[in-house]
Amino acid sequence: MARYGSLLEAVGGTPLVGLPRLSPRWEDGERAVRLWAKLEDRNPTGSIKDRAAAMMIAAAEADGRLTPGCTILEPTSGNTGISMAMVAKLKGYGMVCVMPENTSEERRQLLEMFGARIISSPAAGGSNQAVAMAKKLAADNPDWVMLYQYGNPANAQAHYEGTGPEILADLPTVTHFVAGLGTTGTLMGTGRFLREKVPGIQIVAAEPRYGDLVYGLRNIDEGFVPELYDDSVLTTRFSVTSYDALRRTRDLVEQEGIFAGISSGAILHAALGVAEKADKAGERADVVFIIADGGWKYLSTGAYAGSLQQAAERLEHQLWA
Amino acid sequence: MAVEVKIPTILRTYTGGAKTVPGDGANLSALLDDLDARYAGLKGRLITEDGSLHRFVNVYVNDEDVRFTGSLDTALSDGDSVTILPAVAGGS
Repeated sequence: MARYGSLLEAVGGTPLVGLPRLSPRWEDGERAVRLWAKLEDRNPTGSIKDRAAAMMIAAAEADGRLTPGCTILEPTSGNTGISMAMVAKLKGYGMVCVMPENTSEERRQLLEMFGARIISSPAAGGSNQAVAMAKKLAADNPDWVMLYQYGNPANAQAHYEGTGPEILADLPTVTHFVAGLGTTGTLMGTGRFLREKVPGIQIVAAEPRYGDLVYGLRNIDEGFVPELYDDSVLTTRFSVTSYDALRRTRDLVEQEGIFAGISSGAILHAALGVAEKADKAGERADVVFIIADGGWKYLSTGAYAGSLQQAAERLEHQLWA
Repeated sequence: MAVEVKIPTILRTYTGGAKTVPGDGANLSALLDDLDARYAGLKGRLITEDGSLHRFVNVYVNDEDVRFTGSLDTALSDGDSVTILPAVAGGS
C-alpha cells in the first residue's frame, strides 16, 4: 500500500534490500550467505524510532496516562525525541527532551523545528545522567508524562507486531537478525517474535563502544541496564568500536549505495561477523540487519570526511548511536 | 596465555592509571585472579559475593560479551583482547 490517511499511518512497512557486494556468498541454494538490510530510515522522521514512539504514545492514550493538553517528557540522544515530537505535534501534545549536550547539532535543530523543548544534561554524564535527570523532572512535574523508552513494553511491542512480522513475510528463510542494542526494544520485540516463528534463529546485538569520556561514571554502581533487557532473547552480543562502526558505514555507501548513520555501520560490522562465521562453517545464512537511520544527521560530526582514522578519533567522544 | 586487558577509566585507580595491562590465564576466571594478584581489589569490583559478574560490568573477549560465551569460564587464547566496560544507557 502506498497511500495513507496521515503521516502516522505511514510508520513501518519498510523495504528489505539485498546486499550482493557485501555478502560473503550472494547466491541461491544451500551455501548462500546473504546480507539483507531493513531500511528503517524510510520511516516518516527518518529513523526506526518512529515505530516505538507511535506505539508508546498510542498505548499511553489507551491506558489514560496521556490526555489532551499533556506534555511528554523523554530522555533521548535524538531519534526517539524527534519521532515523539512529530507524533506529539500531530496529536497536540507538548514535548520536552532531556539530551546529553554532546549530541550532534542536526539533532538539536530537528527537535527544535518539530517544536520540542530541549533540556541539556552534562556530556560527562552520558545517557545515564540524561535518564536520571528525566526521572527527577518527571517526579517534580506531575503533569509531564514520561513514556520512558528504556522500560516501556510498548517500545518492544512495536517491533513484535511490526518489524518482526515484516521480516518473516519478506524473507521466510531468515537465519539471523542483527540490530543495535540501546533501549533494547528492537532486539527484544523482533527477537521474541522471530524466536517463536523460526526454529534456530540467531538474535545478535551490536552495542556501540565509545571513548573513555562518554563513560562518565564515578563508580560501577552508577551503571545502567534498561528495564526492557532480557538476555535470554539474544544469542550473542558484540561491542563495536567507533573505528569499526565508521569503517562499515563507509563500506555501506561505497559498495552498496546506502547512506546510513553510524550505528548502522556498527550493526553491519556484527552482521558481517556472523555471516563470515557461517560461511567458514559451510552453513547457509540469510542475515537481516537494521539500517536504523540515514547519515544526514551525522554530517557535522565529520564522519564521512577525511581519513578513516581521523574521522574515528573525532567520533570517539560523541554519542553516535 | 598472554592477553591484553583494557581497563575502563573508573577502574584505573587499581592499575596505577594504566589503560591497558597484560594478563595471563586459561580462562576469564584465571585471568581475573592473575590481575588481582598484581592489582589488589580489582577483582572485587567486577565479581559479586556470589561469584558472578557484577550486573553493571560487561566483559568482552575479542569484542564478544562473555555472558554469551560461558561467562567466567570463557576460554582465552594467546593474543586475545579482553575489554572491561561499565554498563551505560544506550539507545537514542
